[in-house]
Amino acid sequence: MEELNALFHGFSVALTPFNLMLMFIGIILGVIIGVLPGLGGANGVAILLPLTFSMPPTSAIIMLSCIYWGALFGGAITSILFNIPGEPWSVATTFDGYPMAQQGRAGEALTGAFTSSFVGALVAVLMFTFLAPLIANFALQFGPPEFFAVYLLTFCSFIGTGKGNPFKIIASMMLGFAMAAVGIDIVTGQLRLTFGFTELLSGFHFLVAVIGLFGIGEILLSMEEGLSFSGHSAKINPRIVFQTWAKLPRYWATSIRSCFIGCWMGIIPGGATPASFMSYGVARQMSRDGGKFGTGQLEGVVAPETAAHAAGTSALLPMITLGIPGSPTAAVLLGGLMIWGLQPGPLLFVEQKDFVWGLIASMYLGNIAGLIVVLTMVPLFAAILRVPFSIIAPIIVVICAIGAFTVKNNMLDVWLMVVFGVVGYVFKKLDYPLAPLVLALVLGDAAESSFRQAMLLSQGSITVFWSNWLVGSLTTLALVLLAWPLFTALRERLRAAEQSG
Amino acid sequence: MENSKEAAHRTVRIGTMDTIVAALIFALGALVVYESYRLGSGWDENGPQAGYFPFYIGLLVCISSAVVFVQGLLRFKSDVRVFVRQDQFGQVLVILLPSAVYVLGIQLIGIYVPSAVFIGLFMKIVGKYSWLRSTVICLAVSVIAFLLFEVWFKIPLPKGPFETLIGY
Amino acid sequence: MNRKILNGILLGFGVAGITGVQPAAAWEPTKTVEFIIPAGTGGGADQMARFTQGVVAKHSLMKQSLVPINKSGGAGAEGFLDVKASKGDEHKIIITLSNLFTTPLATGVPFNWKDLTPVAMLALDNFVLWVNSETPYKSPKDYLAAAKKAGPGKFNMAGTGAKQEDQIITVAIEKAAGVKFTYVPFKGGGAVATQLVGNHVNSTVNNPIEAVAHWRSGKLRPLCVFEKARMPYKNKVTDGLPHAARHLHACRRVAGRGQFLHRVLQESARHRRMEQAHGRRRFQPELHERQGVRQVGRERGKSAP
Repeated sequence: MEELNALFHGFSVALTPFNLMLMFIGIILGVIIGVLPGLGGANGVAILLPLTFSMPPTSAIIMLSCIYWGALFGGAITSILFNIPGEPWSVATTFDGYPMAQQGRAGEALTGAFTSSFVGALVAVLMFTFLAPLIANFALQFGPPEFFAVYLLTFCSFIGTGKGNPFKIIASMMLGFAMAAVGIDIVTGQLRLTFGFTELLSGFHFLVAVIGLFGIGEILLSMEEGLSFSGHSAKINPRIVFQTWAKLPRYWATSIRSCFIGCWMGIIPGGATPASFMSYGVARQMSRDGGKFGTGQLEGVVAPETAAHAAGTSALLPMITLGIPGSPTAAVLLGGLMIWGLQPGPLLFVEQKDFVWGLIASMYLGNIAGLIVVLTMVPLFAAILRVPFSIIAPIIVVICAIGAFTVKNNMLDVWLMVVFGVVGYVFKKLDYPLAPLVLALVLGDAAESSFRQAMLLSQGSITVFWSNWLVGSLTTLALVLLAWPLFTALRERLRAAEQSG
Repeated sequence: MENSKEAAHRTVRIGTMDTIVAALIFALGALVVYESYRLGSGWDENGPQAGYFPFYIGLLVCISSAVVFVQGLLRFKSDVRVFVRQDQFGQVLVILLPSAVYVLGIQLIGIYVPSAVFIGLFMKIVGKYSWLRSTVICLAVSVIAFLLFEVWFKIPLPKGPFETLIGY
Repeated sequence: MNRKILNGILLGFGVAGITGVQPAAAWEPTKTVEFIIPAGTGGGADQMARFTQGVVAKHSLMKQSLVPINKSGGAGAEGFLDVKASKGDEHKIIITLSNLFTTPLATGVPFNWKDLTPVAMLALDNFVLWVNSETPYKSPKDYLAAAKKAGPGKFNMAGTGAKQEDQIITVAIEKAAGVKFTYVPFKGGGAVATQLVGNHVNSTVNNPIEAVAHWRSGKLRPLCVFEKARMPYKNKVTDGLPHAARHLHACRRVAGRGQFLHRVLQESARHRRMEQAHGRRRFQPELHERQGVRQVGRERGKSAP
C-alpha cells in the first residue's frame, strides 16, 4: 500500500496549524465567493492567487483548493434559497432545491446538497488517491469526436425526458443554441450574429442569462403573487441536519450513479456543469419518483450536487497529471503551479511528492472542514428566508446586478440581466421550459466546435462518430436516450388507442 | 388573491400572450437565419462554415415558433386562462421599474450609491418601514459590498463621482 | 508572431494623448490601476499578468494596487476596445499578445494597434514543431516528406484559435514545403498538446511551455524550432533527457530573438515598474511579423532540397 504511506505523509504535511488555519480561511472565503453569483471559483482563486506567492507552494495550493471546495459548496446556497445559481454547476440544483425551499424545506434541501457534495468529493478523492496514474491517461482518449459524443449524451439524457409542448421545448432550446453562437467562431475566427455591435463581441454569458431568467424572473413572479417568498414560514430547527441524514441512504443508487458520472466527466475533462445536468437527467429517468422531479424531491438535489462536486474534484486530476485543466478554476490553479515553479505533468507525482500528496491530503481535510462549516450554517442560511420580502427583494436585485457585472466586467450584462428577467417571467407563465435553453447556452459553443473539429479531422465524414468503440458507444447511447421517451410515448398512445377503440 | 376583485380588473389572456411571444421568437429566428445565410451556411473544404449551425438553429426556431403561433391562434377563442391581471401586473412593475431605474443609475453614477437608494426607498415606500430602519439596512448593504469588492477582493465595480470623492 | 509571449505591456491612452509625457520618475499612479487582460482566466497572458501583479504587490513597487481584469470576448477585441475607449486614462494598462494584430485583421473590429501606446516589449517566445513520439519522424524533413506523400489535407495540424499565430505558421510551412495540412483549431495551447499526446492529430506548433511537460515524459518529440539558432537551454529543460536537445536544431527564423519562459518572468518583474512604464520604446512588431512570415518562405525555399 504505497499510496497509503504516501497519503499519511501527505497528512503530516497538511496538518500543520498554519495549513489548517489556511484551510478554514479558504473554505469561508470560498463559500462567500460561491454564494455571490457571477463571482465564480475561477475568479475567486485568480483574485487570491497573488496573495499566495509568498507562501510555500503546498500551503498555497491548500488554501486555493479550499477556496475551490468552498465555492463548490457555496453555489448551492442561493440556488436553493432564491432560485439564483451562485455557480454554473448549481443550476440543476435549483430545479428541485428551490421548490423544496418554497415548501418550507430549505434546511432539508441545504443539508442534502452539502452532504451529497461531500460524498461526491470523497469518492473522487478516493479515486484520486488510489487510481490516479491509471485513469489519468483516460483523458487522452478524448479527441473531438469523443467530446462531441459526450455533449450529445448530456443533451439527450437531459432533454429526452422533458414534458410539455414539444415545440416550446424545441424553441427554447434552439434560442439557447442561437445565443451560444453569438460572438467569435472558434473554428473560422469570424464574428457571428453580432450585427456589427461591438458590445456583442463576447456573446451572451450563460451566468448572466441564468441570473436573469431564474433570479430576477423569480422575483417578478413572487411580486405578482403578492410580496411573499413562500419559504418564510419555515421552522428553523438545528436537528434538521440529522433528520435529513436519516433520509439520504434511501438514495444510494442515485448517489453511486452521480458519483460515477461526476468522476468520469471531471476526468475527461467535461466539467462540473454538464456533469450536474447529466446526472439530474439520468436520475430523473432512472428513479422511481422521476415523474415528480421538479416539484421538490430531495433526490433531485442529491443527483446534481453529488456529480458537480465529484466532477469538480476529479477535474484536478488531469490538471496535475497531464496539465490539462478540467475546469476554469483548475486552469487558474494550473497557472499558480507554474508560478510556484512546479511543472504539471506526468512527472509531478514523481518529482514533487510532498506537494502532490499534501494536496491530496488537503482534499480530504478541506472537504471535511467545508462540510462542518456549511452544515453549522444551515439554520442561519435557512433563516434568511424569514427576512421580509420587501427587504430581501431589492437586496437580491442588487446582488444579481453585481453578479451580472462581475461575470465579464461589462455594463451591458446588467441590462441583459433585466431583459432576461422579463423573458424568464413570460416564459415561465407560458410554459416554455427554461432548462433546455440554459443547457444549450452552456454547451452549445463547445458542442459545435467539437463537432466541427471532428468534421475537419474526418474530412466531413459523419462515420467518425462510430469510428472506435468509445465514441461509438457514447453516440449510440445518446441516440437511444433521445429516442426512449418517443418510444414510450408512442407505446402509451397505442395502448390508449387500443383501450378507447 | 381576492377572487371578488377579479372581475373588476382587466386581464391579458394566455392565448394573446402566446401568439405575441411566438411571433417575437419567430422574428428572432428569422434574424438569425438571415445573418447566418450572410455568413455562409454551407460546407466548404474545411467542413461546415461559420453560419452552418446557426442557420439551421434559426430555421428550427422559426418552425417551432410558427407551430406555437398556429396552436395559439387555434385555441385563441377556447383558451380562457389568464396570463396576468392588471393588479398583478402592477405588482410586477413595482419591482421591475425601480430595478430598471436602478440599472440606469449604475450606468450613470456607479453601483454603490444607487444600490443604497434603491434598497432604502423600496423598503420605505413598498415595505413601509421607518426611515431609520431603511437607512441603516441600505447603508449596511452598500458599505459591506464596497468593503467586500473594492477593498478586500479588489474587484472594481462601476464607480462614479462619489467614489472618486473618497479616493477610489 | 510570438504568442504567449509577445506580451508587450501597453499603456492605455491614445497615441495623441501622450505627446507631453513627463520624465518617467515624476509620475505615480494616484488610484487603483486596472490591468486589462485580453484573454481568458488561466491562459498564458492571464498567468503572466497575475504573476506581474503578485510581484508588484510583494515588492511594493507601486503605492496603489494593480488589479487584473479579464476581457477576453471576441479573441481579445473586448479588452482592446475597452482600452481604446479609455483614451487618456493613465490608470488603465493592457498586456497583449500577437492577437493585438491578428484579432482586428480576422474579425474586422474597429481597432488598430496604433490606438494603444506601447510601453515595453517583455518577452518573445518560440514556436516548435511537435509530433507524437510514437511516430517515426525524427526530423522536419522526414515529417514534411511524409505529409507530402500522404497528399494534401491528409495530415492534421492542431493549433490555438483560427487566424492566429499557429495558423499563420502552418500556412508558412505549407507554402515553404509545398504541403497542405488540415488545420484544426482548439481553444488553448494545453488542449492542443493533449490532442497530440492522444494521437488525435499529427503535429502541432506549440510554444515550448505548452508542451514541455509531455516532452519530458517522453510523449512528444520536437522536430525543430522556428528560429535562426538552437535554443540555448540544454541543461535546464532537459534534465534526465540529455540527448533530446539534439532535435531542437535550428530550422528557420520566424520572429525575433527567443527567450525562454523563466527569463520572461524575470523580465516581467523588471519591466513592470510603473516608472519604466512611461518610457516609450521603439515597437514595431507588425513589421517583424510580416518579415518573419516572408522570411520563412524565402529561407525554406532556398534550403529545400
